[in-house]
Amino acid sequence: MNLKKLNIENKKVRDLIPQAITILALLSVIIYFATNAQINMGNRGISFGFGFLNQEASFDITFSMIEYDGSHSYGRAFLVGLLNTILVSVIGIFFATIAGVIVGVSRLSENYLIAKVAEWYVEIFRNIPLILQIFFWYFAALRALPLPENGISFNDISFLTIKGWYVPKFIWTNFNIFLLSIIAAIIAIYFIKSYATKQREQFGKQLPTISLSILTLILLPLISFLFFGVSLNFEYPVLKQLSPTVYTYAGGVSIIPELIALALALSMYTATFIAENVRAGILGVNKGQKEAAASIGLTKNQILKLVVMPQALRIIIPPTTNQYLNLTKNSSLAAAIAYPDIVLVFAGTALMQTGRAIEIISITMLTYLTLSISISIFMNWYNKKMAIKEK
Amino acid sequence: MNLIAKPSKENIKTYLPIGVVLVTLSFLDVFVNAFFDYNLLGFLPNQISYFSPLILGFIGFYLIRIEFSGVRSLDILNKNINSNNFNAFLTLLTVFIIIKSIPPLLNWFVLDANFLGNSKDDCTGDGACWVFIKVWFNRFMYGLYPDAEQWRINTAFLILFVIVGISFFVSSRLKKYFILFLVFIYPFLGIELISGGSFGLKYVETAAWGGLSLTFIISAFAILFCFPIGVFLALGRRSSLPAIRYVSIGFIELWRGVPLITVLFMSAVMFPMFLPDGTFIDKLIRVLIAITLFEAAYMAEVVRGGLQALPKGQYEAARSLGMGYWKMNLLIILPQALKLVIPGIANTLLALVKDTPLIFVVGLMELAGMIGLAKTNPKWLGMAMEGYVFAGLVFWVICYAMSRYSQNLEKKLSTER
Repeated sequence: MNLKKLNIENKKVRDLIPQAITILALLSVIIYFATNAQINMGNRGISFGFGFLNQEASFDITFSMIEYDGSHSYGRAFLVGLLNTILVSVIGIFFATIAGVIVGVSRLSENYLIAKVAEWYVEIFRNIPLILQIFFWYFAALRALPLPENGISFNDISFLTIKGWYVPKFIWTNFNIFLLSIIAAIIAIYFIKSYATKQREQFGKQLPTISLSILTLILLPLISFLFFGVSLNFEYPVLKQLSPTVYTYAGGVSIIPELIALALALSMYTATFIAENVRAGILGVNKGQKEAAASIGLTKNQILKLVVMPQALRIIIPPTTNQYLNLTKNSSLAAAIAYPDIVLVFAGTALMQTGRAIEIISITMLTYLTLSISISIFMNWYNKKMAIKEK
Repeated sequence: MNLIAKPSKENIKTYLPIGVVLVTLSFLDVFVNAFFDYNLLGFLPNQISYFSPLILGFIGFYLIRIEFSGVRSLDILNKNINSNNFNAFLTLLTVFIIIKSIPPLLNWFVLDANFLGNSKDDCTGDGACWVFIKVWFNRFMYGLYPDAEQWRINTAFLILFVIVGISFFVSSRLKKYFILFLVFIYPFLGIELISGGSFGLKYVETAAWGGLSLTFIISAFAILFCFPIGVFLALGRRSSLPAIRYVSIGFIELWRGVPLITVLFMSAVMFPMFLPDGTFIDKLIRVLIAITLFEAAYMAEVVRGGLQALPKGQYEAARSLGMGYWKMNLLIILPQALKLVIPGIANTLLALVKDTPLIFVVGLMELAGMIGLAKTNPKWLGMAMEGYVFAGLVFWVICYAMSRYSQNLEKKLSTER
């Protein structure tokens, strides 16, 4: 055996030592934790396993998008929580994007007042902890709303009260045909787009793609309404007296105050970060690009659409993806105001009932990891599509 | 056909006074309406009266939009808030909303608010009940820490502020020792003072700690620990040794993929299962470890950004001088890399401070938690607004000051020419 090979001066050996130490340390920690967990669970008479997911949950959830009551399983309760998390995240992302773009563009406005107002919006809402904003909306602002009997009415169609926001319920007949018509419209728009691109590249013709697309998107669903028996009715919320002093609304859909407070706080908070990204993106486009576009005779709208936005989006999208991820993770603060999201329903109530800490916390964390990774995969794909295609 | 000539330098003498009068009138109308609840233009039909300030102001702004008027202040005004019809409209709306929102805010915060007294019954006005904050102030600052011992928290923070204050003024050679003291000796001193148990100080259990001082304690310790861990993780992620690299990547991505609240849940309910039966780690320490590891993962990504931004030549130059891995990183790479990412580091630390209220999930109560406790006190129901506005203000001041300081630091350390 060549002793020289085992010398510390040998680079391969020198590299091996820290790696071996790291792996050993990691393994020993895992084994230590695992054995302790096994002993502890043995002492308490529980065995590791996911069978409890099929047991009856026997607790109620205040807000659910799918059918659920106490007789359903823990697995179903998990699904309810997950859907609620996704619901509030999607609402939050939608409004945060709109508000963020408006504020970000306003910060660059040539109007001094607008720019200042937008700047202070960012400074104020970014520097207050999100949890305090949620508490403020939920415990202070929304609690100041009137009782159901004198709720704020929007044209007698929807009502804003301390118990939530009552909106009309959509009652569809033949909803799947309507859905098919929308899918057909999207496919048609894809073909219109590719046809328009071909026309532009071969003959230099500009087709009004946007108006054609909008027309298709309206026309096809309209046809489904007229000829294929799709119809839409509304069920309006109506004030009902339960007892001499207690009123409520019957019918319609009730959006609970927890959801409103959470969505409001999440979107206002995240909007400040998105606004900064949008601002940085627009500022990041070289001034020469705009001037060059103007000098070859593009109109102001064309410059924005064809030159500025494609380049700005490339700067804006990656950090904004991160903000979407943050918003999704921040939606777990729901537990603080008892919005039944996955953390409250599963890591809270279900954990208290079953005592299966390791399984439940692992499932919850894995769920968030999966959500995070799937959003980032989607955004990476989109990012790649938007990236500069050098020829 | 043009009935009214376009505003220009020729007709400035007639247009400017009329325009100024109209704009002033519109602002005055809104002002009087907001502050004295009197409608100056009430004689007009309802709908017109409602929109009259907007219409008047719009016409006024149109009339004074004179290009190259020769009046300097007018040109500045036009350029900044009145460059076209749309901007004039936005300006009017913004000003109206600001004027309209001043009276209710002023009433709630000051004019109708109650400052005197020491119970809820003393709050008779419609505005805020600042008595609530006054009575509970001690609790908001110190949590359930015993009154007689609170001087210890004060002393600990006083020492910190004095040392930090002095270190700003001493020469850089002495500054080194101050920083070493702050990082290696002061934490033990501070914890000894606040926790007690020896030197004749009464022991105060961590469950009694709370309020704003707990926010500071947690933030300070988490910052202290998460920074070096983050740097190590960043170096690990850039390491050429696969085992270290993959362990670092796994660690970073695991923490970054989950919300802090689940990490805290884990430290509260899952972590004790991993320890031998009978061992008990203090709740506060568990929370501190959780927050530190969580923020260290974010810190690592920030530092990695700095490491990646450094040109390769820096590494090669250090190697060619015969420096080893650690010497190269400590003396050449990290000082430059960290300077590049000061805004990112500041943002991570800000996020850490903003995340501290989340410790309510394990039952520890800092400022926001204490307010939650106070507002559910039967004698003080309905004080949520005052409490959260107060907490929001306190956090805002802290975070705003931090972000401003980081911006200054960035400018000061910038070596770009």
